[in-house]
Amino acid sequence: MFRLNGRDVRVEPRVGERLSEALRERLGARDVKVGCNAGDCGACTVLVDRAPVCACLMPAQQAAGCEVETLAGLVAHEPLASDLARRFEGQGAAQCGICTPGMMVSAVALLREAPAPSEGQVMDALAGVLCRCTGYRKIVDAVMGRAPGAVADAEGHTGAAIEKLDGRAKVTGKERFGDDVAPVDALIIKVIRSPHPHARFTLGDLEGFAAREGVEAILTASDVPGVNLFGTIPGFVDQPVFAEGVVRFRGEAVAAVVGRADVMASFDPARFPVEWEVLPDVQGMADAMADGAPQLHPDRAGNVMCGGFVAHGDVGAALERAAVVAEGVFETGFVEHAYIEPEAGFAQVVDGRVEVYACTQAPVMDLDTLSEVLGMERARIRVVPTATGGGFGSKLDVSVQPYLAIAALKTGQPVRITYERGESMQSTTKRHPSRMHVRIGADAEGRISGLRFDGLFNTGAYASWGPTVANRVPVHASGPYAVGDYRAEAQGIHTHCPPSGAFRGFGVPQAAVAQESLFDELADRLGIDRLEFRMRNALANGVPTVCGQVFAQGVGIRACLEALRPAWESERAEAARINAGDGPVRRGVGVAAGWYGCGNTSLPNPSTIKAGVRADGRIVLHQGAADIGQGANTVIAQIFATALGVPVSRLDLVGGDTDVTPDAGKTSASRQTFVSGNAARLAGEALRAQILQRVNAGEEALIVPGADAFEIREGAGVHRLDLTALEPDAEGYVMRVAESYDPPTRPLDENGQGHPYAQFGYAAHLCVLDVDMRLGTVRPVRFVAAHDVGHAVNPLLIEGQVEGGIAQGMGMALMEEYLPGRTENLHDYLIPTIGDMPPVETLIIEEPDAHGPYGAKGLGEHVLIPTAPAILNAIRDATGVQMRRLPVTPARLRAAMGVAGHA
Amino acid sequence: MQQLEYFAPGNLGEALDILSRGGVRPVAGGTDFYPGLPAGGPRESVLDLTRIAGLHGITRQDKGWRIGAATRWSDVVRADLPPGFDGLRAAAREVGSIQIQNAGTVAGNLVNASPAADGVPPLLTLGAEVEIASAQGRRVVPLDRFITGVREVDLAPGEMVVALHLPEPPEGARGAFSKLGSRAYLVISIVMVAVVIGRDGAGRIDHARVAVGACSPVARRLPALEAALLGTRGDVAVTAEHLAPLSPIDDVRGSGAYRLEAVGELIGRAVRGACDG
Ligand SMILES: Cc1cc2nc3c(=O)[nH]c(=O)nc-3n(C[C@H](O)[C@H](O)[C@H](O)COP(=O)(O)OP(=O)(O)OC[C@H]3O[C@@H](n4cnc5c(N)ncnc54)[C@H](O)[C@@H]3O)c2cc1C
Ligand code: FES
Ligand code: FES
Repeated sequence: MFRLNGRDVRVEPRVGERLSEALRERLGARDVKVGCNAGDCGACTVLVDRAPVCACLMPAQQAAGCEVETLAGLVAHEPLASDLARRFEGQGAAQCGICTPGMMVSAVALLREAPAPSEGQVMDALAGVLCRCTGYRKIVDAVMGRAPGAVADAEGHTGAAIEKLDGRAKVTGKERFGDDVAPVDALIIKVIRSPHPHARFTLGDLEGFAAREGVEAILTASDVPGVNLFGTIPGFVDQPVFAEGVVRFRGEAVAAVVGRADVMASFDPARFPVEWEVLPDVQGMADAMADGAPQLHPDRAGNVMCGGFVAHGDVGAALERAAVVAEGVFETGFVEHAYIEPEAGFAQVVDGRVEVYACTQAPVMDLDTLSEVLGMERARIRVVPTATGGGFGSKLDVSVQPYLAIAALKTGQPVRITYERGESMQSTTKRHPSRMHVRIGADAEGRISGLRFDGLFNTGAYASWGPTVANRVPVHASGPYAVGDYRAEAQGIHTHCPPSGAFRGFGVPQAAVAQESLFDELADRLGIDRLEFRMRNALANGVPTVCGQVFAQGVGIRACLEALRPAWESERAEAARINAGDGPVRRGVGVAAGWYGCGNTSLPNPSTIKAGVRADGRIVLHQGAADIGQGANTVIAQIFATALGVPVSRLDLVGGDTDVTPDAGKTSASRQTFVSGNAARLAGEALRAQILQRVNAGEEALIVPGADAFEIREGAGVHRLDLTALEPDAEGYVMRVAESYDPPTRPLDENGQGHPYAQFGYAAHLCVLDVDMRLGTVRPVRFVAAHDVGHAVNPLLIEGQVEGGIAQGMGMALMEEYLPGRTENLHDYLIPTIGDMPPVETLIIEEPDAHGPYGAKGLGEHVLIPTAPAILNAIRDATGVQMRRLPVTPARLRAAMGVAGHA
Repeated sequence: MQQLEYFAPGNLGEALDILSRGGVRPVAGGTDFYPGLPAGGPRESVLDLTRIAGLHGITRQDKGWRIGAATRWSDVVRADLPPGFDGLRAAAREVGSIQIQNAGTVAGNLVNASPAADGVPPLLTLGAEVEIASAQGRRVVPLDRFITGVREVDLAPGEMVVALHLPEPPEGARGAFSKLGSRAYLVISIVMVAVVIGRDGAGRIDHARVAVGACSPVARRLPALEAALLGTRGDVAVTAEHLAPLSPIDDVRGSGAYRLEAVGELIGRAVRGACDG
């Protein structure tokens, strides 16, 4: 009844069925993505009679007689679209790729009408599609046909800005995300969640309900075969898969219903038999800590989950003798990860083993959790990560996995689940809200004389990664500066809110807001240039950190700050010129810095990388580091190829399937390039050594892989290694290696002194922005971001990380605040759109690190730590007002300006 | 449960018949319908308005203009309209995104009756009237009486909107629209302001319409300010009395006090824009 990508199709949709559902489930067009089902994300954009529309808002019947085009069809049939696909790859414009179909389809509609669009036209045309990964700039570049950032490099070794190795599928609609892998006839799981933040509940007649509704199974706590708890930190595994008798946050799961797709289409959770007895709840930390407050966990008195502490020198005395002291209380709210792909997956039972396919940042941790929850030995569980449409920390925790596994085991049938956007926002982790009281002193020369940090972090109902935040923050709250006298304490406080967990930076971005804001105040009071003030205090090789750790090498913060100086001077001059006029808009320029330790804090976090060579000459890299868009598949392969000494294009990549790929640890703590990268380097070196040894060649020999045989060239001589003559092992490998790396750290003592990380990465951002003084609106104009990455394994991917991180930092600073019950969708919870993102200039600093692979350091989280404080400092520069509460909405800024005497 | 149906009639008579039988919900662009859909899907049959002949498009008539009920925002953006409609066109460009504008209709925006509906202030400044039809007949209601409250409109069961009628704006009058939100695109207005300003040969204002949205349950015109603008060159300070019809609330997007302050500023800019343009 309509044409889909040039062929006639016929469907008989239900009343109310969305075009997106008909396309995905009835017509197999799973290149159409669904991120919100509400028009807010644009991932589902298709062309109907050449006009872009949200397929999730169109009744399927309305397409009758129309021409419907989706990404896969466009790329296959239209040169304009296949060109655009190549341009997206060349710019690195697709990171996770979940927004890419919506972006590209929207862009095709534009390019058909305007082959050479202006930047403004591109923004107007693409504004309906949200991207959480890229910061949009590379997408704009791709659509405008600007010169590609990627280079053609035959070897593709470290240092080369090659295209993503896994990019093709993302720009052609072929990538398969969590919701794209299930067979159409899989049973559907729907979780029943609490509408109350704190309540006792009793379940009614479940059997009668199941019979009435015609569903296959109902799951509750009593169906959890093993331990009904999950979590991430030993000793803090406290969150039930299904609540038992009491719920502790709005959105907590109490049961799940499993049924056929046609039955579930009209299923209304409101009919589920559960009675609630609402109990008093605490949402804020002050309330949670008050006498008589309801206690969330009996063994955590006063709702204090745990704390972290670092002390160095004598902070009291230092503050006493300081020439100036700046002090403030800073507050930030919940921030939602808002990846465009909601949690989704599929599970089946095969030969008595359960297989779970889902989007994830940590396949092996998922397996560990499932083993506990299912009470099943690990060998009987297989976790296969799908492509992950953004994670940013939240997909480190399990979400859908236990429901999938339990339902598959209970029904014996394939099952699938996809969180609705509201469900994803209600139930998965957030960035911790914080309340930070900070005092910093400086002497007359502008050297820091004492820094005291007392932070409370709202960790929500369950621990998740809260303990990590409590530990990380005190280690980092000094910023990348030499602070001899220091005391920092952070505590996680339970409330009846969704669990706060990991979100790019683990609390460090919040701490940086307070510390970097006060640095500007100190500099001004001392009459010292703000950048110069930071230079004077910046850490350097040989200078102890607040943990007493001394790095003999690799401390790159000065170089980062120095790199900003030209922009700092020219932008300040330009701002002065603009502000001399009397328009309502004032320009501000701000700088801020940050640092971040890569890997787990003083805890082992090994990665293993395995590789093998087949008799036919294929070199297979088992790359278990979850690529959530950041580029691990590419970077790890580049490092391995460099160490082995073959072109990266010669590698075949196998992902993190737990049946065949060893544990490369979790994609968090900016550890994959550093830790898994090192494992890849070791694996590459080991394989190289094996090959060379077999032909007795020297270390400098050149390996030329071919089919069936490798040539090893040494000077004028050539050895031939006949692979077909070697005995393949059970996996078909004639040679294999598996190497592990665990960063050297040392435990922290009771004062937080020790070696928490083997390396830190460093960063400094400069933000230029305009403030409309009468409306309180803030418009970033430009960012300059200097990042010390040790060694730039792939400069293009680095830019992508920086731009995406800045977009998230900007959202946190200016617009994002998750309020349970109020901003549970992407309509009310605002993340930056394409029009909010100004140009970013990335300055790559390479201060090699002795531990990093080829000197490389982690980057993924560093990228947003300086962003929010740079923005706040620019706002203060423009308005004179120091904003101490995020986000800085226009209303809050105007209110603060009123208090400060602006009219 | 009754069997739900999907109706997509090709003419208005048929549509009104279906509507008169009850148990059916009109749907045009679906951009408000789907986000508001309850879990478990629709409880009513669906009446698709987009195939009804004569419901699309903007046409010039004897005494002004007619906007068909199924006219999409992108049709408004593309229409060839006099400068008095510049505010409406600017609003059309700011409704959601291109995707939303390609589906969402002007009438849907009015019937949905959100306090933050971007279409309402410019249509108020243009003196829009709403043409309503049922199997029984037709009636016409001024827009300011059609929307009666938050998500409440003057539509009886069996009735639907078929068109808007707008008088010709005075020769040379210019419209302007200004929307304030927390991000660049795809944003619900914190406040928005629409004006239509006409001037005499000496550059003095001889026609003034000012309307404000998201500051009261239903967008409101500001008659006292309109009167004060007459005879001036637009340099009128907006006072509390001028804003008396407004009753902004505090919500996640901004405080009531902030909204009032911003409205004053935006009106000034919109009036100046319409005068300078
Ligand atoms: C992501 C997103 C962003 C948005 N942004 C904005 C924005 O910036 N500004 C803004 O104002 N709005 C915005 N909207 C709301 C919406 O797009 C508009 O209100 C749109 O004009 C609604 O038109 P529609 O045709 O899609 O309505 P539908 O969803 O089809 O219908 C809406 C309601 O009106 C009824 N209805 C429709 N037509 C008629 C008729 N002719 N007679 C009787 N009843 C009728 C329907 O029964 C339904 O109750 C946004 C929506 C989304 C999803
Ligand atoms: S899924 Fe359609 S807009 Fe998000
Ligand atoms: S690449 Fe855009 S959301 Fe991930």
